[in-house]
Amino acid sequence: MTKIVKAKINGILLRVEAGTTILEAAKRVQIKIPTLCKHPDLPASAACGICIVKNKGSHKMLRSCCTPLEEGMDITTHDPEIVEIRRTVIELILSNHPNDCLKCARNNECELQKLTADFGIKEESFPQFLRDLPIDRSTKAVDLDPKKCILCGRCVHVCQEAQDVWALSFLERGMKTRISPAGDIQLADSPCVRCGQCSAHCPTGAFVEHDHTAQAWKALQDPDKYCVVQIAPAVRVSIGEAFGYVGKNFTKKLYALLRRLGFHAVFDTSFAADVTIMEEASEFEERLLHGNRPLPLITTCCPSWVDFMEKFYPDMIEHFSSCKSPHEILGVLSKTYYAQKNKIDPAKIFMVSIMPCTAKKYEITRNDEMFASGYQDIDTVLCTRELVRMIKQAGIDFNSLPDEECDSILGEYAGAGVIFGSTGGVMEAALRTAHYFVTGEELKNVEFENVRGLKGVKETEIGIKGKKLKIAIAHGLGNVEYILNKVREAKSSGKEMPYHFIEVMACPGGCVGGGGQPYMVTDELRIKRAQALYQDDDQKQIRCSHQNPYVKRLYKEFLGKPLGEKSEKLLHAHYKARPIYAK
Amino acid sequence: MYTKVILVKDTDLKRQDKTREFYTRLLDYLREGNLHSQIQVVRVADIGVYDKGLVIKILPDKITYVNVQDADIKRIIDTTLGQGKVIEDLVFRSKAKQLRIVLRNCGNIDPESIEEYIACGGYLALKKVLGDLGQQKLIEEIKVSGIRGRGGAGYPTWMKWNFAREVASTDKFVICNADEGDPGAYMDRSVLEGDPHSVIEGLIIAAFAIGASKGYFYIRAEYPLAVERINKAIKQAYDYGLLGKNILGSSFNLDLDIRLGAGAFVCGEETALISSIEGRRGTPHPRPPYPSVKGLWGKPTVINNVETLANIPVIVSKGGKWFAQIGTQTSKGTKVFAVTGKVKNSGLVEIAMGATLREIVMDICGGTLSGKPIKAVQTGGPSGGVIPESLLDTPVDYENLQKLGSIMGSGGMIVMDDDDCMVDIPKFYLGFCVEESCGKCAPCRIGGFQMLNYLTKISEGRGGPEDLGQLRRISQAMQKASLCGLGQTASNPVLSTLKYFEPEYNEHILNKRCPAGKCSSLVTYNIMADKCKRCGLCMINCPVQAISGDKESGYSIVSEKCIKCGRCFDVCKFKAILKK
Repeated sequence: MTKIVKAKINGILLRVEAGTTILEAAKRVQIKIPTLCKHPDLPASAACGICIVKNKGSHKMLRSCCTPLEEGMDITTHDPEIVEIRRTVIELILSNHPNDCLKCARNNECELQKLTADFGIKEESFPQFLRDLPIDRSTKAVDLDPKKCILCGRCVHVCQEAQDVWALSFLERGMKTRISPAGDIQLADSPCVRCGQCSAHCPTGAFVEHDHTAQAWKALQDPDKYCVVQIAPAVRVSIGEAFGYVGKNFTKKLYALLRRLGFHAVFDTSFAADVTIMEEASEFEERLLHGNRPLPLITTCCPSWVDFMEKFYPDMIEHFSSCKSPHEILGVLSKTYYAQKNKIDPAKIFMVSIMPCTAKKYEITRNDEMFASGYQDIDTVLCTRELVRMIKQAGIDFNSLPDEECDSILGEYAGAGVIFGSTGGVMEAALRTAHYFVTGEELKNVEFENVRGLKGVKETEIGIKGKKLKIAIAHGLGNVEYILNKVREAKSSGKEMPYHFIEVMACPGGCVGGGGQPYMVTDELRIKRAQALYQDDDQKQIRCSHQNPYVKRLYKEFLGKPLGEKSEKLLHAHYKARPIYAK
Repeated sequence: MYTKVILVKDTDLKRQDKTREFYTRLLDYLREGNLHSQIQVVRVADIGVYDKGLVIKILPDKITYVNVQDADIKRIIDTTLGQGKVIEDLVFRSKAKQLRIVLRNCGNIDPESIEEYIACGGYLALKKVLGDLGQQKLIEEIKVSGIRGRGGAGYPTWMKWNFAREVASTDKFVICNADEGDPGAYMDRSVLEGDPHSVIEGLIIAAFAIGASKGYFYIRAEYPLAVERINKAIKQAYDYGLLGKNILGSSFNLDLDIRLGAGAFVCGEETALISSIEGRRGTPHPRPPYPSVKGLWGKPTVINNVETLANIPVIVSKGGKWFAQIGTQTSKGTKVFAVTGKVKNSGLVEIAMGATLREIVMDICGGTLSGKPIKAVQTGGPSGGVIPESLLDTPVDYENLQKLGSIMGSGGMIVMDDDDCMVDIPKFYLGFCVEESCGKCAPCRIGGFQMLNYLTKISEGRGGPEDLGQLRRISQAMQKASLCGLGQTASNPVLSTLKYFEPEYNEHILNKRCPAGKCSSLVTYNIMADKCKRCGLCMINCPVQAISGDKESGYSIVSEKCIKCGRCFDVCKFKAILKK
């Protein structure tokens, strides 16, 4: 049984579970204590010193972000002294910040800027001291401007603890402290897997996605270009947050929007996800029934995960599905199948992917196989946050847009394709089709509840044709170690493999929690975004990828069969071990 | 079999240490007289007397001779060792104000010999603890003694132990915090170097009290001798069955190990120290959870300072009640101070709590070397404050020092006279804290830096009256909003000097003058023609050729070129250089 503590906040008596922080408890009495370093998604780092409160009888002030409310406490969250100290601390932070908000990617979305406005700070109280530190744009996915960093430590925590990547750390001490890869190298040479979680959690403009909107605008106004766009599953359920909606699916508004931005053809990555499933489920069937390559099969839709595996788990390469990620598949199909059918010169096609992800920016030039159409299959990747800016730049009234349908022939998707955006979604989609491929029978109930939800590691067993399939799902790279160590152990001791099929997504919650998604993500928000995807699936007539008529037509008219010669050439990729540090 | 021991130490810091030469010579004499098998000669790191040339101490007679010359050796052997008579012109008699509990063995025993420690009653406390005392009674005894942590904050030691004891955990740890880093403080170093076994015994007892089976010494790497001695002492303790499995035949097991600190001041803070041992960046972490509940590797951990631990065996042996008789109402026992600065006798002083600051600096340390009046005393290092001469009659304890705007701290004490500037002193300390800030939390990182800039401005004559308000404002934010003790107390030197010496700040700000003549930007040097003997020494010594003239026409200082180093002032034999 949980212990309950009784205490007062601003004179109001309240009961909370023992261990609840003062910051959390204060929300129950309608107080939002200001803070710059505490992200609702992360444990407190206690770096900024703004969330201080008083406890009656103590001359010290407490940091509400990390101090649990204790029995009998009598907390004051605001009085003239507290407000004055908070203001001083904010002004001190501003004295070490460029304050060039007008030219900052986080303008209007910056937590420091908002707090400065809330406290009515209108002048620089203390002389400004800035260090001349260069911006690191080396990854072409996330940019680090250390001058704007307020050293809250969120990115370091996410990178080290949640993602287990350890690309970021604090360097030097005192006023010289800064965020950088260890060894003071460029991010691109570090273990960084470009997941972008740093940018999603940064309170200021120190970490931002590498902006590609200019490239998109340029292509859109080029009369020689035929601009094609695709949207990833997770984007449709998060973009509304920029316009005041939470957990709402805006698929059809997005189709309308993208046409109004000037795209000639609007496709959906969910369609390509169906194609991915055709290939991946076939691969699984082959490995399971014919054993020509080893099990477990591990999914590879996530470019951060691929990068992570190539750096940290190269011994798992033989287990990796060779199937490309859905947006790459859509890219290559646009410049081959679609171009041929519609007699468009593929050289003129400019393919834009709207993704919840910063790593996709890196993926599109990852190796030669990303040029399978003879051209760069994807020309530009924009993440959700960049699309929001384009909508605002274009002056489009998103809320009032009509619903529209996507373009044929690379748009219609089955329910399986859209749940790709959530952790467990790829597995569930694959199981639906794998079951059919293995047994020749359709599932009566296509929903696999055990693979859904936000538990870091999900392990379950599923029966197909009397065979028990052991399955594992991890999201957040920090959860991978547990699963892969089990596989490694079995491999080295020659024991039976602990799993048949493993799904990994780098970001916590999967793509709905992607590094390019709107700010301030929490588990609550991740669940709401995922629920909207599952609802989309639920409402679809066709739930399984292999039943999608456009997918059937694609194979009939163009690809032949899954894992066939053409599929292998266009839709599959290879992996190689990479050094953790490039230099 | 030795019947007497002679300790030797050269206490003249201005020259190259002559201890070894003297030691060899003394041994030669003893061999000549065939006394070397009866009298042992030991070189020690600290002998308790300072700035008195070569000092020897004859034990067990407790006779101390100072300023001993080679010519005196024969006298000493004949008169004192031979006839047992004291040589009056060599003997040193200190004013008996000191009470040595922590430093009980320092200088009296060979720190590298466990046998000597045992001969002085060492490890008897451990035997008592493992024998009939037991955990509960041990902690009760420590509670009765009233001892509080000597590292600075003064938290009751028994409470730390008790918290850790009450937490159920298979693994628990004890750590000796030997990361002494205050400028001018070397109390802990002297104990580690002079009596390592007392600290080890204290740590073993602490481990037993909470049920820990693993302990660490966290020693800064800049203390190589301390590390060497503790290393040796640990090995000896293992050999004697005082460490390892089944200590003294009991069921209690303990392993001790050393971890070196890289010299970061902030790693003296408990949570930062733990991070450092764990191999992570040494930055403080929010408390709670406190280390006694969740410390090293997430397990209950007690961290005690060197001096605290050195007290423990004595408390156990003589009883908590005995210890509680010493000191004041709230602060029991003794405190070791490292007195430095402008005093005649600088060095370690151990006094019972409640002695006044004046007794320490005047009676024990002999007042100022220059003969000038004392201006102020700084206690507690960079976290402490400056106490003016008028308050020197305050009895020393945790609460009193805090009331004055300073702290006990780990025991640094710096004495200042009129030549010390009350803007320059806090500037020095703040500069230290800015350098040593880990950079984690904004109020300390940026606040300290900004304050230092204001102080620099003021000391260079660029300050404005509004700057004092800014200093106070930032101080308040740092005190209340910083995460750890470093940031919370870094402004104390500034606040205390503002409290007691604000006119001196105003003198810098309004009249662009440094009364102490310390702030070089505000000082000018001139040659007084009437006193100048035209020797030319100043011109030869000026590093920037700022002095012009010749023996016929006399000399003058070109103020544009002068860097105010004060070299001319120092070398002039006729006091012809005017500094103002």
